[in-house]
Amino acid sequence: MRLPLWHLTLASVRNRGLATALTLIAIALSVTLLLGVERLRNDARASFANTLSGTDLIVGARSGAVQLLLYSVFHIGDATHDVSWSRIDALRGHKDVAWLVPVSLGDSHRGFRVVGTTADFFAHVQTGDRQPLRFAAGQAFDGVFDAVVGAEVAASLGYAPGAKIVLSHGAGEFAAAEHGDKPFTVTGVLARTGTPVDRSVLVGLPAIEAIHLDWQGGSRIPGVEIPAQFVGKFDLTPKRVTAALIGLERRSTVFRVQREINTSDGEPLLAILPGVTLDELWRVVGVVERVLLAVSAFVVAVGLAGLVATLVSSLSARRRELAILRALGAGPGDVFVLLMTESVLLAVAGCALGVLLLWGLSAALSPWLMAEHGVQLVARFVDQSELVWLAGVIAAALLASVIPAWRAYRYSLVDGMTVRM
Amino acid sequence: MVAAGGTVSHPAVALNGLRFGWPGAARDCLDIADFTLAAGERLFLHGPSGSGKTTLLSLIGGVLRADAGTLQVLGTDLLALSGSQRDRFRADHIGFIFQQFNLIPYLSAADNIALPCRFSPVRTQRAGDVDAAVARLAGHLDLPANLLKRPAAELSVGQQQRVAAARALIGAPSLVIADEPTSALDAARQAAFLDLLLDECASVGASLLFVSHDLRLAERFDRSEALTDLNTATEVAA
Repeated sequence: MRLPLWHLTLASVRNRGLATALTLIAIALSVTLLLGVERLRNDARASFANTLSGTDLIVGARSGAVQLLLYSVFHIGDATHDVSWSRIDALRGHKDVAWLVPVSLGDSHRGFRVVGTTADFFAHVQTGDRQPLRFAAGQAFDGVFDAVVGAEVAASLGYAPGAKIVLSHGAGEFAAAEHGDKPFTVTGVLARTGTPVDRSVLVGLPAIEAIHLDWQGGSRIPGVEIPAQFVGKFDLTPKRVTAALIGLERRSTVFRVQREINTSDGEPLLAILPGVTLDELWRVVGVVERVLLAVSAFVVAVGLAGLVATLVSSLSARRRELAILRALGAGPGDVFVLLMTESVLLAVAGCALGVLLLWGLSAALSPWLMAEHGVQLVARFVDQSELVWLAGVIAAALLASVIPAWRAYRYSLVDGMTVRM
Repeated sequence: MVAAGGTVSHPAVALNGLRFGWPGAARDCLDIADFTLAAGERLFLHGPSGSGKTTLLSLIGGVLRADAGTLQVLGTDLLALSGSQRDRFRADHIGFIFQQFNLIPYLSAADNIALPCRFSPVRTQRAGDVDAAVARLAGHLDLPANLLKRPAAELSVGQQQRVAAARALIGAPSLVIADEPTSALDAARQAAFLDLLLDECASVGASLLFVSHDLRLAERFDRSEALTDLNTATEVAA
């Protein structure tokens, strides 16, 4: 560029303050949307993929594979059927099975899911890149009315070992469905994992049996009340559980064991490979993701069209300005560059504003996303894949900027130093 | 190949057999056999509208290129230069003042005056300290210092024309072309403006080509010509 036009560009942009501000906001919002969709998509995948590792098979009642994965691991949705304890016991004895962690769902504590399981849960369940669970405080449950809480539960409800808590039947919508007669004592708090475990209250399987001794079919049996101190006199062996996580002696046997479970006679069971099922889920979700991305790309296009429209409509009022620049020695090429610079400057500023907005939004929304949807959104400026998108937006802006720049070039050729208006 | 500013060896403008026709037009709109503006000369060119004056000024400024003939400005053959070389030549050597709306409305008066220096290193160099040059020219042209920081759009027409004159004169161009610069001013201000312009052109040693339809102004100049006499194209456009 021959001319130091920055001065002119900035003054001109400042001069059309309101139009410039509105254009900037449109571009910023569209960029926020585009990058936000992309970020949510990547982070959702990452947090789902990080939720479970080291588990070879998940076994539950026969339903959809994705459904089983969602309710057993991600606590999304509910199981339609249980698995009888005898089948689980039998699987535990299978020669290829190294460990088995049963999971019993259905109760809650102040909006957090209660997971009935065994102490093996803490030994075998791994998250992220095969990270075992760690206790931030206290230890695993031991007695019937002991509970371990996840990091998020402890943080949001202020629990520490020793706290007394009351579980609710179902998702806890009705106060009448509280197991208020059998309070639990928190014995341990797990370290944060960024997975649904953080939002779980973990108790032993006998505890689940104990709190339901005087219940039947989802409500209290009228007139029957079994105080907590007498539950020890009952058989607290679980009769049914929701699902089981299985680790195998050798990974190579996974397909054989899966087939064995899926084709076994009697109670219909379903065994799934978590990774494979997750891929299946992404294939389903992928269509929606692509549609969302396409929509946000269109929104960016609309934003850029607004930029072009603003500049083009300002040009007829600026023909005299262009003629003055010509008289001062600007060539048509300089006028082209001037308009290009102005347009691209606005687009880049819009992108920068959009990135800032996205950063603010992801910082503000990530706790809610984590709590409500189990998606860990990491607040950050831009990562590599987002940079590629940003570069795409700026390239599109460059291309779009040619329209006003070319028009200004034509004007300055036709008008020369004088404008007849 | 480009004449240094202020040298007397070359006439400011010398043209011979100059012809120009708009593309697609049946006839030429400009056909001038011979015209010279001597170095340092202050010439009144009487040009009513339709006499081809805009075209002539665009040719001398190098925005348009003649179809035939010779055109030397400050000793440089404009027909031998490319479009961008002519743009550069105009930036370095010619100051323009138009009838009105001379200024970039959103720049301050001072920024408007300094604008040619942003386009031409040559004029920046000749101006020396640009801020001081702006202040000096503004002083000579009766522009108060507090006015200089205001956006050009807020100035009166008379003030705008003086800012335009200061802008045309900064960095001592060898040729100043004024196209009806006084027609937006009332009679009293016309005379005052003309005084200032003639004085400043004399003090920087610039030749002045002053085009106007108002013959009353002609007596203030070294020489007067009528474009209708010079231009022999039978049918002329504006």
